[in-house]
Amino acid sequence: MYGEKVMDHFRNPRNVGEIENPDGIGHVGNPVCGDIMELYIKVRDSIIVDAKFRTLGCGAAIATSSMVTELVKGKSVEEALKISNRAVAEALGGLPPIKMHCSVLAEEALKSAIDNYLNK
Amino acid sequence: MDSYGLVDPDDVQKAITNKTILISVMHANNEVGTIEPIAEIGKIARERGIPFHTDAVQTVGHIPVDVNELGVDLLAMSAHKLYGPKGVGALYIRKGTRIAPLLHGGEQERRRRAGTENVAAIVGLGKAVEIAQREMGAEVERLTSLRDKLIEGLMGRIEHIRLNGHPTQRLPGNVNVSIEYVEGESMLLNLDLEGIAASTGSACSSSSLEPSHVLMAMGLSHELAHGSLRFSLGRKTNQEDIDRVIEVLPTVVARLRAMSPMLKGV
Repeated sequence: MYGEKVMDHFRNPRNVGEIENPDGIGHVGNPVCGDIMELYIKVRDSIIVDAKFRTLGCGAAIATSSMVTELVKGKSVEEALKISNRAVAEALGGLPPIKMHCSVLAEEALKSAIDNYLNK
Repeated sequence: MDSYGLVDPDDVQKAITNKTILISVMHANNEVGTIEPIAEIGKIARERGIPFHTDAVQTVGHIPVDVNELGVDLLAMSAHKLYGPKGVGALYIRKGTRIAPLLHGGEQERRRRAGTENVAAIVGLGKAVEIAQREMGAEVERLTSLRDKLIEGLMGRIEHIRLNGHPTQRLPGNVNVSIEYVEGESMLLNLDLEGIAASTGSACSSSSLEPSHVLMAMGLSHELAHGSLRFSLGRKTNQEDIDRVIEVLPTVVARLRAMSPMLKGV
């Protein structure tokens, strides 16, 4: 059902865990399937220098969490805000249509973490 | 139904009105393995003079099934659930029970089901039943023992786990558990990579994105339905397979929980 890249990020998720004293935390849950995701970011001079996550969810939820943390690292906050759920799914080589909502969760977690940073 | 998935015969009694034309209760639940009190419900149906149907697809060939003991007028079964060919089943109809055909246009089966009989498949069904009947006594004992070893093994090695379905009034080949703080599909994927096949009632693995209606009807929370796993044991399952699941699943759960925001540090 999943492509090679999704399975790779599911089996070997990047950036699992928490950041001590993060600059932004995003905590989102998807009421549709009950997945929960936490995303932590570290920001230096408006650049996201580190990102980590914790996720309770299916293969697609874990893979998109992993991919979104990879995508944001090194990006400016402004650039990171433009990362869409489609971009995350595309970076994974695509997701089954029924699993696209998992990528929405990843996008929301990122936006929520950045909001948290900007409102500090 | 109650939290074990058992239908209460009193509830059936209470649900009957003067408009009730049929009672239908499955013999055993396909998801949680609970064996329903069909004989008791059969007595009620008979007292009230209402035809009684049971779906015995999960039980024929696996546990003793006797239409007279169960008190059923109609019983459905399927060959592929007992190692027979796919695409053939049977409906037992007690003499005097009137049914209307779904398929019209032919004289076959005394006009109850139109269409040329698939003789090879029917013979296959008969043979499958014959073999199952011969092996059932030993097989029930063997599978029940393996089932209970698997349940005990998982309960002993995984924290925050619960058995779904009835502990003893249960199909010999069914194990269904809910594991908290983990999602079912992510467990399935990991198990699959280890060569272990299972299924889940998680919304994430269903095409409707709804969790198992059986687990929800039993009163499970969304979270528990989300973390459910079903293992089916059969003729080819052996002790080695059970040991392997008991060895692999706790590591899969530990790995996923380490990633979960719900249970930090466990």
